[in-house]
Amino acid sequence: MSTITDTAGNTNEHDHHDDHHHGAPKGIMRWLLTTNHKDIGTLYLWFAFIMFLVGGAMAMVIRAELFQPGLQIVDPNFFNQMTTVHGLIMVFGAVMPAFTGLANWLVPMMIGAPDMALPRMNNWSFWILPFAFLILLASLFMEGGGPSFGWTFYAPLSTTYSSDSTALFVFSVHIMGISSIMGAINVIVTIINMRAPGMTLMKMPMFVWTWLITAFLLIAVMPVLAAAVTMVLTDKYFGTDFFNAAGGGDPVMFQHIFWFFGHPEVYIMILPAFGIISHIIPTFSRKKLFGYASMVYATASIALLSFVVWAHHMFTTGMPVGAELFFMVATMLISVPTGVKVFNWVATMWQGSMTFEIPMLFAISFIVLFTIGGLSGLMLAITPVDFQYHDTYFVVAHFHYVLVTGAVFSIMAAVYYWLPKWTGKMFDIRLAKWHFWCSLVSVNVLFFPMHFVGLAGMPRRIPDYALQFADFNQWISIGGFAFGLSQLIFLALVIKACRKQGEPVTDQVWDGAEGLEWEIPSPAPYHTFDTPPVVR
Amino acid sequence: MIENDGQKNGVTAANSVPPANHTKTVGKLFLLTVFMFGFGFALVPLYEVFCEITGINGRTDDSAAVYESVEVDETRTITVDFITRTSTGMPWEFTVDTKRVEVHPGELSQVNFYVRNPARRDIVAQAIPSVSPGSAALYVNKTECFCFQHQPLESGGETLMPMTFFIDPQLPDNITYFTLQYTLFDITERAGETVDVAMNTTLGD
Ligand code: HEM
Ligand SMILES: [Cu+2]
Repeated sequence: MSTITDTAGNTNEHDHHDDHHHGAPKGIMRWLLTTNHKDIGTLYLWFAFIMFLVGGAMAMVIRAELFQPGLQIVDPNFFNQMTTVHGLIMVFGAVMPAFTGLANWLVPMMIGAPDMALPRMNNWSFWILPFAFLILLASLFMEGGGPSFGWTFYAPLSTTYSSDSTALFVFSVHIMGISSIMGAINVIVTIINMRAPGMTLMKMPMFVWTWLITAFLLIAVMPVLAAAVTMVLTDKYFGTDFFNAAGGGDPVMFQHIFWFFGHPEVYIMILPAFGIISHIIPTFSRKKLFGYASMVYATASIALLSFVVWAHHMFTTGMPVGAELFFMVATMLISVPTGVKVFNWVATMWQGSMTFEIPMLFAISFIVLFTIGGLSGLMLAITPVDFQYHDTYFVVAHFHYVLVTGAVFSIMAAVYYWLPKWTGKMFDIRLAKWHFWCSLVSVNVLFFPMHFVGLAGMPRRIPDYALQFADFNQWISIGGFAFGLSQLIFLALVIKACRKQGEPVTDQVWDGAEGLEWEIPSPAPYHTFDTPPVVR
Repeated sequence: MIENDGQKNGVTAANSVPPANHTKTVGKLFLLTVFMFGFGFALVPLYEVFCEITGINGRTDDSAAVYESVEVDETRTITVDFITRTSTGMPWEFTVDTKRVEVHPGELSQVNFYVRNPARRDIVAQAIPSVSPGSAALYVNKTECFCFQHQPLESGGETLMPMTFFIDPQLPDNITYFTLQYTLFDITERAGETVDVAMNTTLGD
């Protein structure tokens, strides 16, 4: 295996030299005008990281206010803006762009393509994003404040009762949507048309598969989100009555439309994570992924089922019993393919020669902690139980387990796993260990007690709370500050890595790693697979 | 497992023109995007039709029913509760003379709602009904209701608004009790010019 790897690697580098050869241009224009998938991947990843820190700073404001009962640091309206913009930034500014960045870097390398199919559109889809978020952030400074209706922008909060800056919110969501749709189209076209000879669909690496399915989800639901924000815009500014009961509309319909987008959206944020974990676990267990085909089918069925469960977010809106039952059962059904995946990862590790490098540590914590989030999801899916849990901190605990220790941990695992391939140098392992252990402990201090205060009845999205929740909230805030600080270690590590400090790595980097991206030189040259490899 | 064999497979360097099939794939995906945007809006009429058929949103018909050759089912008695409320910012007093009636399906009965406008300005109101459980909504037939029209009331004015209804005898057996709630919305602004005319007619009575 390894000899062939070397051959392929060398040949590739060699081609490079004979060819029309240009490396990366220099200066700021390189980044503004780039159509190179690796450059664009890097831009996306840095953007996501910056947004992660900005959204994180907002979470710090939230946790500082909730450190004690009573109102001390910010006024309730500003508090609501913080919860809203924190949610929007983390979902649309951090998690989604990070996955898109990984797709840009990895998909062409994994399928043996020289670049993304539509490089110019790729440049556009990245460069409109910073404007979307500038607009969103700027709205916080307008008179009356920014959006304060929650990331779910339920009508009539976002129509009748919202501030004047709502148009900016709508506009920025439109730009984010256009960016993700263009990104998704690019991924699909690349995967469908540009696979190396011999790479059949069922030979594609799991990350490619999960992204292909995610991209279809994006194209299916981002336009629905666009429709929803457009209706909010016209209801607020142009006198339509989509969601206004007085004029014959229905505010509950907003929730149906939103969650028709919203539930598939949560899978958009987790399917690529499943792909990443399916690469890392086999590498460090030194075994093939257990049940590849079942992984593909499980991913596809999760995606399909995600369209028929949306109303589990609406159990308390007074749906008829039949509908409550349907959505309860459909939701529980999703945990079957999800369970298949967890089973396959565990079976991959079973009797493997496991080692615990940093990416593996993140991947294993992903499996355990994501499963905790899945279980609390299962509890929420039980209709009568949700009547008690809905809109409490229990829900907050649930979605932070699946999103932070799920999606975000998988992104960090991915960065640690592929970073040496990108820079050609091993990252600072000592810092990485600090980052992992600090994050692991603090994230649980932060989110685990939320289950308890939630069960005890503490509502979500409030700046003040009853005295009996004080102790737990203090713990939660301390966990929050610690988790926030831990991410600065990650920042330092990534900066060091980008400056190319560290030990040089081999082409394969990790000795159990398999796949086309490990057969090209480290650091990955600016152009790879100018001539496609043949996969047998 | 892997080897470099590009030439033979007819795929050449990176900067070669993208094969035409990209355009085709992009075209299809773009159409899908546009279709889903349209679908987002199509959800509005779809939802309305769905609710009209199933009644799940608790809306009753917004036009008058005709009470003609309806058989009264004396074997069953249905309890109907009435709730009145006003939306935020709507200053009217809004009450009902009977909070609860017991009726046989098919039997016509009338309830009177009282409103008073304590504000210093003339206000036009719109009442929106909501039945709970929603599945009963399909069987509530109103022959007369103040919710069918805008209700204008001058500052300080008061009036009694009648509502006459009967329950369709087809009402499923498992429903023996439901609530009919009216919410009053201030729609003065959107009612616009029609206010004056309407105001004069009411004052006339
Ligand atoms: C086993 C799988 C899952 C089940 C059964 C499940 C179930 C649920 C239910 C019933 C709710 C509504 C709770 C309420 O508002 O009362 C909910 C909320 C939520 N879930 Fe999940 N979930 C699952 C997996 C996930 C995953 C994988 C993600 C994201 C990666 C996710 C993200 C969310 C979010 C963001 C919310 C809250 C939305 C909001 O109201 O702001 N869930 N989940
Ligand atoms: Cu959901």
